[in-house]
Amino acid sequence: MSGLLLAASQSGVNDNLFVIIAVSGVFYGTPLAFAALGEMLAERSGVLNLGVEGMMLMGALAAAWTSLNAGGPGWLVVLLALLAAAVTGGLVALLHAVLVVTFKVEQIISGLAITILAGAAGLSSYLASEWDLSRAPVPHRIELFDVAGLADLPVVGPLLFNQNLLTYLSWVLVAGLWWYLFRSRRGLHLRAVGESPATADAMGVSVYSYRYTHTVAGGMLAGIGGAFFPLCIIPLWSDGVTGGRGWIALALVIFGFWRPELILLGAYLFGAFSSLGLTLQARGIEVSTQLLDSLPYLMTIVVLVAVSSGRARRRVGAPAALGTPYEREAR
Amino acid sequence: MTRSTTGRRPWLLPFVLLSALALLLGACGSDDDSSDSDTTEAGATDGADGDVVKAGFIYIGPVNDGGWTQAHDEGREAAAAALEGEAELIYKENIPEGPEATQAMQTMIDDGVKIIFANSFGYGDAMKELAAENPDVKFEHATGAGTLDNFATYYGAAEDTIYLTGIAAGAAIPEGGTVGFVAPFPIPEVIRHINAFQIGVAEVNPTATTKVVWTNTWFDPTVERQAADSLIADGVDAIASGQDSPASGEAAKAADLPFVGYDSDQSENLGDIWLTASLYHWGDYYTERIQAVIDGTWETHEYWGGIHDGFVSLAPFGPTVTQETKDLIATRQQELVDGDFYELTGPLVDQDGTERVADGVKMTLPEILAMDWFVEGVVGNPSA
Repeated sequence: MSGLLLAASQSGVNDNLFVIIAVSGVFYGTPLAFAALGEMLAERSGVLNLGVEGMMLMGALAAAWTSLNAGGPGWLVVLLALLAAAVTGGLVALLHAVLVVTFKVEQIISGLAITILAGAAGLSSYLASEWDLSRAPVPHRIELFDVAGLADLPVVGPLLFNQNLLTYLSWVLVAGLWWYLFRSRRGLHLRAVGESPATADAMGVSVYSYRYTHTVAGGMLAGIGGAFFPLCIIPLWSDGVTGGRGWIALALVIFGFWRPELILLGAYLFGAFSSLGLTLQARGIEVSTQLLDSLPYLMTIVVLVAVSSGRARRRVGAPAALGTPYEREAR
Repeated sequence: MTRSTTGRRPWLLPFVLLSALALLLGACGSDDDSSDSDTTEAGATDGADGDVVKAGFIYIGPVNDGGWTQAHDEGREAAAAALEGEAELIYKENIPEGPEATQAMQTMIDDGVKIIFANSFGYGDAMKELAAENPDVKFEHATGAGTLDNFATYYGAAEDTIYLTGIAAGAAIPEGGTVGFVAPFPIPEVIRHINAFQIGVAEVNPTATTKVVWTNTWFDPTVERQAADSLIADGVDAIASGQDSPASGEAAKAADLPFVGYDSDQSENLGDIWLTASLYHWGDYYTERIQAVIDGTWETHEYWGGIHDGFVSLAPFGPTVTQETKDLIATRQQELVDGDFYELTGPLVDQDGTERVADGVKMTLPEILAMDWFVEGVVGNPSA
């Protein structure tokens, strides 16, 4: 990232404050996008998973462990690290799915329990100290990737053509998810399960299997979002490395009206805001950093309030059955 | 009907899960200490808990944050080794500054802890309240201020070593260049560290400046890295950190800029860009104070360590630091120990050009503990 910013600052137009903040927004927004897209999948099926922060941390942990311990060429290790992160995130999500889909546990409680279990003072820190993960920086990372030498183009160069693999992957993911949700048969079924599970069930769609698969898929994406921290931002493990960004991802799903393309934009907006205060300070522009730092949260509150009434929620796309367990006999 | 059944049963599982988790973590958390307490009890008379003094540590960050809290915990481990058989040293990590701190300390007191060390400035009020309520328990507040009969503070002159790191930074950048400083909060402790740093930079590079970005956090690796990145994007020539995590060093490495660390020796990880860092050593202090509780000789004080007693030191120099720079740093370090030199000596001029400390006047400890202005050459807002 620094290299990227440096490159940007050396080529005139790309030295522009807005370009620097936009580039930063895309970079720091990427892990938020993965986690929020995952949560969107789970919520579209009617499962609210407040365990995002915990799943991200476990993903980060798995990625750091793999990068430190796996042998082989760098690209393979990075691939394995991402895979390990996805599997770990998926497993944590599976626990949530078992609790809330099969045992019909209150979703909020189960999600919180998972974040506490896996969270900064929980399993992830315990395992990290058990495995001594902070002994050395993770050796294999995901570097910025200059697509076809276009990185020096004004504005779009640093913004679009000099990001890292995961950012490019997130764009493919957004396109894929959009098609899946709004153009595919399974997507239609998924939305039905989230809107009216009884109807979906009557149509012959298995509510349980949809909820299981999408909750687990969501956990896998959260795991990859977590892997972004040790593989792309700070290659040194430290406990609680995701720093509460799982909670921002949760807000982003609402912020993005449960739509992949809006969630991606929201993630970039949050990413940009997180860098704005720091960048303005570095430029010697006098602003209240406390106020700037709180802007993303203020935006979230505004959106939460705006969509807090049932009708508004429905209009912006909240799945009607979100948070409610489905029992066939309750039809 | 459905609602009522789902309403009762669902509570059970998460609670089972949470209790299992609590047990698991309890087992894990004490894992580290159990070896201490095992050997302890083997050494002491059988099962006589009263012979073993319990000491508790409250940490702002995780024990493996790679910086501030890790240094404290290494001190705790050193003290545990030195006092094996006489004391049991437990800790709680990731304790926020607020009601949770009071709760964590109260739990320790209920558990029979006789002396509590806490490692963040914001714990002060909670500690003083508890100290008034628990006259039999000793409280030790790192970086704190003021004393009570059973409330002591301890810290030290890290500004002296940070000033020395400033010399290394000033020599590493072009004439009139800029060092970007990633800083946590605009409080006197951090402000005097930055001032001492700039005084060091300017000693070898008179027109060079130090540009400050506040992160408003002690520990958040991502924000620390973002702050370093924003300074790098602005074109600084080197990066220095006052944060608890080593993240800004990774930003400097990615941009191939010289780096001055804080609180941890990253010389192995950072290679060529590494200059040096100011390090703390808490072990001797912890050993001494717990020993005093054991002996019944504990008294309140405001401990102010320094280079002279090994409380602070410099990390190994990186490969690019020249012999000339090393010699100058060694000379100044000796002068600091001998009392022949002090970096916070007048004339000191603030950012507006107003003289704050007259020529030849040394700042006193109370003055530097209240420092809320930046010296000339620091770019940034000391009250942001």
